[in-house]
Amino acid sequence: MAFFFQNLVNALQWGSFYALIALGYSMVYGVLMLFNFAHGDIFMVGAYIGFGVASGLVALTSTGAVALPNWSILMLTIIVSMFLTAFVGMIVERIGYRPLRDAPRASAAITGLMIGIILETGNLALLGARRVRFPSLIESTTYNIGGVFVTNKKIMIVVVSLLLMFALNQFVRRTKWGMAMRAMAFDYVVVPLMGVSTNTIAALTFALGSALAAAAGILFGLAYPVLDPYMGIVFGWKAFVAAILGGRGSILGATLAGFLLGFIEIFVAMIFPSTLRDLIAYSIILLILTFKPHGFFGEPYSARLRL
Amino acid sequence: MPLLRVEKMSLDFGGLRAVNSYDLEIEPGQVRGLIGPNGAGKTTVFNLITGVYRPTEGNIIFDGKKITGLQPHRIASFGLGRTFQNLRLWRHMTVLEHVKLAQYSKISYGLIGAFFGTSGRRREEAAIEDKAYSLLELMGIDHLADQVALNLPYGAQRRVEMARALATEPKILFLDEPTAGMNPEELAQMMAIIRRIHAEFGLAILLIEHRLKMVMELCEIVQTLVFGEVIAEGTPDEIQNDPKVIEAYLGTEALH
Repeated sequence: MAFFFQNLVNALQWGSFYALIALGYSMVYGVLMLFNFAHGDIFMVGAYIGFGVASGLVALTSTGAVALPNWSILMLTIIVSMFLTAFVGMIVERIGYRPLRDAPRASAAITGLMIGIILETGNLALLGARRVRFPSLIESTTYNIGGVFVTNKKIMIVVVSLLLMFALNQFVRRTKWGMAMRAMAFDYVVVPLMGVSTNTIAALTFALGSALAAAAGILFGLAYPVLDPYMGIVFGWKAFVAAILGGRGSILGATLAGFLLGFIEIFVAMIFPSTLRDLIAYSIILLILTFKPHGFFGEPYSARLRL
Repeated sequence: MPLLRVEKMSLDFGGLRAVNSYDLEIEPGQVRGLIGPNGAGKTTVFNLITGVYRPTEGNIIFDGKKITGLQPHRIASFGLGRTFQNLRLWRHMTVLEHVKLAQYSKISYGLIGAFFGTSGRRREEAAIEDKAYSLLELMGIDHLADQVALNLPYGAQRRVEMARALATEPKILFLDEPTAGMNPEELAQMMAIIRRIHAEFGLAILLIEHRLKMVMELCEIVQTLVFGEVIAEGTPDEIQNDPKVIEAYLGTEALH
């Protein structure tokens, strides 16, 4: 039983990463009808920006210029990196996608892939072909709860993720921008008639998705501290699968499917040899999609006009 | 000074001239009609003035400001409202949300207000909901406020669209075939609504209609558009008796 709960805790953490990234895919799709295939690489960029900010703050503290406790360095890193990565996301939208609003969808998909490659190789050019180590900002403490080992990092990762998801939900429900985002998802043509700039809302959607990906990147760096420029590819694709599984454009769906994906992967690895993990896990998902092709909360229509 | 003046507006789609040298002047509070056969370019004229398309040539002056080529949301914010021939509602949003989002530019509370429910937010929300309910009442759909747009009957959806357009506080309202697909009873109700909003808000209205009866009853001046060109303009009586209009729009059977 303890073995089961141990895996449950691990799955919660693993699922948090997927859910945070899947949200970005789903929101952008919901509002703009395009999949931002560079989103996995935005996750990577977020992790690296987090690495830079955290290293900077650690260096600053070690010189004695400022005295920051480690917890506050971590929180500061998350917040600052989310803002910076949001900015990266807005640039990607402005340069990569906005000129293609009325172009065929394939153009936007290809653009996304190219932006991804540019981000990966840009990173390579900037930092060289070596892996970097994410600074361990907090001392790891392990609690033994009835035979289940839980670290303070795991708790923090899950709690911060859930808080961010709750904040996003509130944003979409309670702010005028959130209301405009939802409206754009259903019919974007009328939205400008309400005096709303659809360009602003599009940029905001990218900013939010990228900020969440950055948070995922930093939390990932805390748990698995080795970063490399290609870390976003497989992770991004898997989160994309979660977004599809949740139902394109559905915030709740992306969250739940992100966690579900984490659970399936961890529990498959619990039962089968871990080399077979992805094979079996994604066969299960394929099976689910066979019976629910629109995902959990997706809508069976595809005639929306936007890219 | 006219509220809206369009001067020699033209639009080329590739090699095709969709709208040719279109002129229009609307005084504040005036109700005008735009008629013409299918494909004459009536909706294109709306799209040009509201900024969906950018005219190839010509000028559009609204309320003393040149709005040619501006982005649609800026044009809308000057006081230009519109409804669509095909309903364009946000399927899964409630009727109330439709009319609330139309007041977007009046919502000034930001993140803090939204997340912590400040007194400023409560005050603003109350004012916005009051206004929304008064418009829904005017349209006779206030009892549907919490319904999702998708579930409403057709006639009610039309009214939501109208309430939403009015909530933006337009000085002029463009109505694109507001009675399309309606039965005679719904048609009579819609005409009453248009009369009521005109009386209540003193709006200028530009109406695209297929049903001549409606245009003739509501409009002071009617333009006839054929192949992107105005072939006749005048009072409903003049238009009805203009041989060019009868030939181009009403067809030969109207002569019998």
